[in-house]
Amino acid sequence: MYTLPRNLKLFSIVLIVLGLAGIIFGFLTTPKTIDDVKEIMAEQEGHHGEEHAVVTHGEENTANFVDEARGQEGYSDAAMEHATDLKPEGHGVASHEEHVLHQLQTRPWSATFVAAFFFMMIALGALVFYAIQYASSAGWSPVLYRIIEGITSYLLPGSVIVFLIVVFAGTHFYPWQNHELVADDKILQGKAGYLNFPFFLIRAVIYILGWNLYRYFSRKNSLAQAEANNYEPHRKNFKASVFFLIFFLLTEATMSWDWFMSMTPHWYSTLFAWYIFASMFVSAITVIALVTIHLKNMGLVPFVSDKHLHDLAKFMFAFSIFWTYLWFGQFMLIWYANIPEEVTYFIIRIQEYKVLFFGMLILNFVMPILVLMNSDYKRIPWFVVIAAVFILVGHYIDIFLLVMPSTVGHNWSFGIPEIAAFLFFMGLFIFIVGTGLGKVSLRPKNDPYIKESENYHF
Amino acid sequence: MSSHYEAPIREPLVLGEKSYHDISVDVGAPVLGKANKSWWIVFTIALVAFLWGLGCIIYTVSTGIGVWGLNKTIGWAWDITNFVWWVGIGHAGTLISAVLLLFRQKWRMAVNRSAEAMTIFAVVQAGLFPIIHMGRPWLAYWVLPIPNQFGSLWVNFNSPLLWDVFAISTYLSVSLVFWWTGLLPDFAMIRDRTTSPFQKKMYGILSFGWSGRVKDWQRFEEVSLVLAGLATPLVLSVHTIVSFDFATSVVPGWHSTIFPPYFVAGAIFSGFAMVQTLLIIMRKVSNLEAYITVLHIEYMNKVILLTGGIVTVAYLTEYFIGWYSGVPYENYTYLSFGAATGPYWWAFWALIICNLIVPLSLWVKSLRRNIMWTFFVALIINIGMWFERFDIIVVDLSKDRLTSSWTMFQPTFVDIGTFMGTIGFFFVLFLLYARTFPVIAQAEVKTILKSSGESFKRLRAQHGDD
Repeated sequence: MYTLPRNLKLFSIVLIVLGLAGIIFGFLTTPKTIDDVKEIMAEQEGHHGEEHAVVTHGEENTANFVDEARGQEGYSDAAMEHATDLKPEGHGVASHEEHVLHQLQTRPWSATFVAAFFFMMIALGALVFYAIQYASSAGWSPVLYRIIEGITSYLLPGSVIVFLIVVFAGTHFYPWQNHELVADDKILQGKAGYLNFPFFLIRAVIYILGWNLYRYFSRKNSLAQAEANNYEPHRKNFKASVFFLIFFLLTEATMSWDWFMSMTPHWYSTLFAWYIFASMFVSAITVIALVTIHLKNMGLVPFVSDKHLHDLAKFMFAFSIFWTYLWFGQFMLIWYANIPEEVTYFIIRIQEYKVLFFGMLILNFVMPILVLMNSDYKRIPWFVVIAAVFILVGHYIDIFLLVMPSTVGHNWSFGIPEIAAFLFFMGLFIFIVGTGLGKVSLRPKNDPYIKESENYHF
Repeated sequence: MSSHYEAPIREPLVLGEKSYHDISVDVGAPVLGKANKSWWIVFTIALVAFLWGLGCIIYTVSTGIGVWGLNKTIGWAWDITNFVWWVGIGHAGTLISAVLLLFRQKWRMAVNRSAEAMTIFAVVQAGLFPIIHMGRPWLAYWVLPIPNQFGSLWVNFNSPLLWDVFAISTYLSVSLVFWWTGLLPDFAMIRDRTTSPFQKKMYGILSFGWSGRVKDWQRFEEVSLVLAGLATPLVLSVHTIVSFDFATSVVPGWHSTIFPPYFVAGAIFSGFAMVQTLLIIMRKVSNLEAYITVLHIEYMNKVILLTGGIVTVAYLTEYFIGWYSGVPYENYTYLSFGAATGPYWWAFWALIICNLIVPLSLWVKSLRRNIMWTFFVALIINIGMWFERFDIIVVDLSKDRLTSSWTMFQPTFVDIGTFMGTIGFFFVLFLLYARTFPVIAQAEVKTILKSSGESFKRLRAQHGDD
């Protein structure tokens, strides 16, 4: 039996309290009126000059950067129309200050959402990994079932928080919820059949219900298997896993379109959903490896060997490459064809977030390759931990880059709201996963493959 | 590689009371025996088709591409459709030998040899098309970056068609090496078993003097693993690059970022269908039912279900985003309302029925384990995946941005004859292979006999397995 170590528990509670304070601070300190914005702009111009790009860049240069680049090449007004109102505000905003005001007010929302989604996707990705193990009758991984179940215990609170954020964020995230804007925008009117609030809400409810139901029943069956004298609960889980995977493949796609792609409602990319999945999956496997190492250090899982760690590390390695493959596929195709409507997505990310955008590639691709290529290293816990830190930081940045450029644009920075939100959800994650792990014995009994898994070596 | 313990609830992979010797005899039999009449009949048919195709190719090259049904709007049709179709078929072989090796799937051992052979023969067919669809194929060597007398005139590395050259040639060479390495112990087995001096000589050369020492085996396993690790990204990138031929363009329907993974999934989908088609016949005529069992067929059907499901989600995504984009041109792409009701409606529905609806039947366990039904579904998928490529290429080109350029495509007998010819050539190669190569990796199957053989599993059940 596992109990969350006292100091780790204390640590997580401190994180939650500190983080919560920081999040509240972030919400309270957003500018309320246009006058506040003017003050901030004046202050920043005084202090930092052109060095700080936050607000001083000005509408003429960045807000319509696509115009600048394209206008000279003689694109028609109609083509421009697509490109310019990619900004959340589009035509709806009277002045530059109002635009900045909205972005600054959005910042704490975005900061909270990035961290909330990051930790939720770890739990969800772990659940998918778990379902795949069942559906593929894996022989090596049953020793990890309780560990993964512990991680997925965060799914319920995590997904409810994410649900609340996307439902209440309104026009902070989703410009298509702004009726004035839609009234002026033919393209958004065309999408209203999908991008409308009631349907958006229904879809979100379906996602979190479906995911959590699978988590609930698979956990229940998995525990029932320990008491059973036949394999009936395992068979049920096998079936449930297969149907969950179908459900997940579909809902993950629509979830990505709903929660992320529709932040820039003119932009679209068919690969987008699978790209987010890759990020989710590799982060989840990384966390499974980290928790396994933690439990192994405490001597609680003697049946998990370094061969199991080796396999997890291989998955971290392989799916880091897979993520890069999808990243490159999406980026290169849009870069190559250079269609104005699509490139805006990357132009803002490269112009305003250059270091993060390319730095993320080093963290998510180059480092895991270098650290985890050697097969001996994959069995050394601290090596895996190093790779895990690279991967998790990298994928946090990845989510950050999905959300921030689309919501706060060039008015981003990394300060108290972002750090506080990360700490809060990290504390919550540690606390809930720690409690979840402590509920039952960590050794799954009576699983048909458990013996194969314990004897596993290669 | 993997543990010797196996959970009792796993089904056996080798049926009957087989010993190591039985495996050698069963695998060696087609090579050491004589071809029967039906082999000769089928071989002759394939050869005639091949020669007819060869005639069509010679006619095309000597007369000009105009003998094909291409027009000014649709400059790619059957040629590239067949190219992508054949490359896609080849992918299952590498998936079975490389990806399933990385995932330690024991069942791959009975099917990997033939799947890899299929890869190589399919890539050979595919490789014909990039050459013969050129207007001036005798200048094909210009695609290679060779220093030359035109002031070292170079190729432009920005074109996905050039990446194709590198992708396909690398793919063919790596697959060939991977396949041949695996064949060494099996050729050695034939060499040691044959009584004919000619065969002994030939298989002695082919097996590179393999003697099966411990050190050799150790290195053999390591090489296999490294090659599998390299072939996996290769197989993904090759079909990705093939998909780039379309996705990098600005043609509505072609320019879609999902193409790389979607083409790869489709390739595995169609490749496995072809493996089913070939192996269901082969296990019968070569008496290999004890090794290629119903379980193997079911597993392959599950892979077909998985990749078919991924492809289905990609179809839905394409259809949805086509609508979501709000771009009017997207209404004429291969997966759009316009395509479903337009002049190519039959091609659209062929794709939907063959790739999406018919494979759904494999969700039913009894159909998934039914060999006749599997054979039928596999054929349907092969047809459907041909239509997928045809739709992507021809439907998207037929109604592009300018309505004044809208047109239809009509294949000529040369288009059809060339395609038939490649099918003939493929079967010529495959039939020759089936008579001269050990079609099952007997050395590998022997490694799982005691953990997964039916009789050994029964023994363990009787005497306990601890």
